[in-house]
Amino acid sequence: MEHTSLLERVLRGIALTLVVIFFMFPIVWIFMMSFQTNETILRIPPQLVFKPTLANYTALITGKLTTAAGTLDIAFMRNLWNSVFLSVTSVAVALLLGVPAAYAFARHKFRGSEDIAFTLLSFRFAPALLVLLPLTLYFQKLGLANTYIGLIWVYQLICLPLILWIVRGYFEDIPADIEYAYRIAGHSWFATFRKIALPLAGPGIAAAGLLAFIFAWNNFVFALVLASADKQPVTVGALAFITSSGIQYGQISAAIVLSITPTLALALYAQRYLVEGLSLGAVKG
Amino acid sequence: MTAATMQRNRPSGFRISKRVLPYVLSLPALLVCIGILIPFFTSVVYSFQRYRLSQPWARQFNWGDNYISFFTDPRFWNTLEVSLLYAGITVLLELLLGLGIAMLLQKRSTLNNFISIMLLMPLMTAPALAALMWKLMTNPGFGVLSYLASLIGLQDFRWASSPSTALFTVVLVDIWVYTPFIMILLLAGLRSLPTQPFEAAALDGVPRSFVFFRITLPMLTPYILTATLFRLLDSIQQFDIIYAMTQGGPGDTLTVFQVEAYLNFFQSTNVGRSAALMIILWAITYFLSNIFIKNWLRLRERARGQA
Repeated sequence: MEHTSLLERVLRGIALTLVVIFFMFPIVWIFMMSFQTNETILRIPPQLVFKPTLANYTALITGKLTTAAGTLDIAFMRNLWNSVFLSVTSVAVALLLGVPAAYAFARHKFRGSEDIAFTLLSFRFAPALLVLLPLTLYFQKLGLANTYIGLIWVYQLICLPLILWIVRGYFEDIPADIEYAYRIAGHSWFATFRKIALPLAGPGIAAAGLLAFIFAWNNFVFALVLASADKQPVTVGALAFITSSGIQYGQISAAIVLSITPTLALALYAQRYLVEGLSLGAVKG
Repeated sequence: MTAATMQRNRPSGFRISKRVLPYVLSLPALLVCIGILIPFFTSVVYSFQRYRLSQPWARQFNWGDNYISFFTDPRFWNTLEVSLLYAGITVLLELLLGLGIAMLLQKRSTLNNFISIMLLMPLMTAPALAALMWKLMTNPGFGVLSYLASLIGLQDFRWASSPSTALFTVVLVDIWVYTPFIMILLLAGLRSLPTQPFEAAALDGVPRSFVFFRITLPMLTPYILTATLFRLLDSIQQFDIIYAMTQGGPGDTLTVFQVEAYLNFFQSTNVGRSAALMIILWAITYFLSNIFIKNWLRLRERARGQA
């Protein structure tokens, strides 16, 4: 590898530059659009140099957009709040349910344990609408339609398998002897779980939680089917926004930027664990 | 100390709780999921019924009619064709691109690590929002990509709003979002390969192409298989990108399985047909995931073994 010719290095450089441009350009472009007025956006050819404005963000945050035609209400901050609330609570519930289960699957080979673990895994790969469409009819009967509780419940479909399988791997990595030694010293299993297993698997649990948060935040179809406007997260809200206020491209870009920033920031923070999380523990980074 | 002596040394009372404990620990997670399993069986029942939300009185079992009618239904064949085409094209292109990029970034250096982290950003963008971003960029009025297309002589290139280029456009968005997924998995795979075979090959002056096809590729196969099946399972069920971009249109150009089922349910309120479509998709994914899980398990064991 050290004996690469100049030509090869140049070609590699060009290829990498093209790759970076293709994958980064959309994010950079939308980011730039979010600081432009509609007037600049509509100009042809597209402007690379412009006077940045914060008007789009102000309009989103205050919820009022004043145009020549009058004032328009924007409910986007509501969507943003819904995304935060739904993702945080879903992950909290998934951790509460999933971590003890992961511990059980890692430490005790009990009857049916593998079957249950695989059933949970299969949720990750089943078509979402297979379950969602009948669920809309059930939710209407149960009074769960368009409630946070109903949504958080369904969000477990993404969060639980992820947490269960990643955290299970981390528990399996802890040598069982450490736990036995602590138990022999006369401590209960719960003390062992709390004082030994949880702290040792701590970083893995945190990473799994972050990943589950990203997946919950990015989910689109659950809320599209089960929530109406006041409960919708940003993914669905942004789509409604683009159809309702068709020509407010600056605000739409700003809304997209605000919607993708949290996951991008978390991903950068958790990137060490990303490979493992994305492959559900099959590949270590 | 062996496991047997461990068994004897445990505090008393442990044995009873040991039998019950795992069930107690996993029961809550299980209960939550059972609630989600019920709708699955409901779907199976619906798929054997004539059931329209607009005519609830006419609801009755028609057994296999929903499925049989698919054979003569051009809309169904279109759905099947577009779904398979979409999954096939996206996964193939993403695999080639992802492998290429992973090999470009294989050497550990600050720049390479920085680029590989940057490339994760599309993957962390919600696919539905990614579709909106591309929708803004391909807008015929002001979209920067429409402008660039006109510069290279493609006047009036319609992207997702023309039937002839709609598939190309959504595939492009899918590639933008998911190539980094394959890239990051294969990069981890490449970097975990043992170095000795490569050093030996370099010493012997073996040609690069031989090294790639006879050493790199075979050793990377488990990773490639896992990444491919992961993507195939997701891609055949793609909904977010296509729905956010075109809602299955123009016409029925992009009515892949999940989009078609969604439209059947909410627009034509034909629950029976919608459920039957989902059952067929489920059968395809079930078949794929069975192959997948075997591979995934093998790779997982290996990852755990290295830990």
